[in-house]
Amino acid sequence: MSKRVFRLTMLSTFFVLGMSSMAFAEMDPTVTSTALRLFIATVTAAGFGIAIAAVGTGLAQGIAIRNAVEGIARNPEASGKITVTLLIGIAMIESLCIYALVVALILLYAYPMAEPVAKFIGVPL
Amino acid sequence: MEHPFMFLVALLEWIGVGDFAHHYPHVVYSWFIILMYVVLAKVFVRALEIIPSGGQNVFEVVIKGIEDFQVSIMGEEGRPFFPLIATLGLYILACNWMGLIPGMFAPTSNINTPLSCALVVFVVTHAIGIKMHGVHYIRHFTGAVWWLAPLMLPIEIIGHLSRVLSLTFRLFGNIMGEDLVLAILFLLAGKYFAPVPMMFLGLFTSAVQAFIFSLLTMMYIAGAMEEAH
Repeated sequence: MSKRVFRLTMLSTFFVLGMSSMAFAEMDPTVTSTALRLFIATVTAAGFGIAIAAVGTGLAQGIAIRNAVEGIARNPEASGKITVTLLIGIAMIESLCIYALVVALILLYAYPMAEPVAKFIGVPL
Repeated sequence: MEHPFMFLVALLEWIGVGDFAHHYPHVVYSWFIILMYVVLAKVFVRALEIIPSGGQNVFEVVIKGIEDFQVSIMGEEGRPFFPLIATLGLYILACNWMGLIPGMFAPTSNINTPLSCALVVFVVTHAIGIKMHGVHYIRHFTGAVWWLAPLMLPIEIIGHLSRVLSLTFRLFGNIMGEDLVLAILFLLAGKYFAPVPMMFLGLFTSAVQAFIFSLLTMMYIAGAMEEAH
């Protein structure tokens, strides 16, 4: 990586990190209530959860499709069987991303265990 | 999400059972799909001919296709289970495609419909295993060698129970995700026909999910029928 690119990268990293202390103002308990902080935490978790799951799914399905296309290129007569097997494999891999999506939707639409946990640790929600 | 407008729910409201219809639209639309299939079957089986044509031809192609595919996966001894697998496949296909029609609701986008289908598959798989192998069905769960049994038994039991969860969540997540995306696109940019490309994708993925459900059923039943290690 050239010297110019390296310097620009370092500069922008330190700029973002320096500004970041302002970003956590909402985590101060005197500013926001517990319920709002719980909401912020769950929404952040839901967003990051499904994003990371989508990365894994994209990579895995890409590998599956690459090998399937290679198989068809080597042996065009078997393309029917290869296509069926490819679709089955892709649906299996997709289902793992769907599990992450369901967890994210549960977090967004039905805060699970918020009340019982709050009672347990004695925090008013 | 606020209540969308659904034709059959409005129809039942007009009759007077609107409360039931609002709380259980998936049941109402399940009945509609069952009724539709029964009527279709009655109409096309009325005058069976040796050389089929028209509607009878279509149904023969569909049924023969499913049965040949099933026998290629399960072998000849799997033929008696064809009604279960074809019914599951066609019912889930109709349920999934209902969500794409504006004004209709997909029964599989409520967790109860896929859960009930998955429980049926679970019970049928183990019933077939017990009927075919008797007490020796437990050998499917104990692994290859006898001294691994205390380790393999809980793992296999949890694996079998997780099949119910995976079947349910795969179908439910796909169809509910599809419907949610369509609803949100309609809300955001409905007058620019934004949901239409998603509907094309939805046609394909709904069919694939119905196929996958019946394919996994075939594979689980084949696994229950085969000899243990």
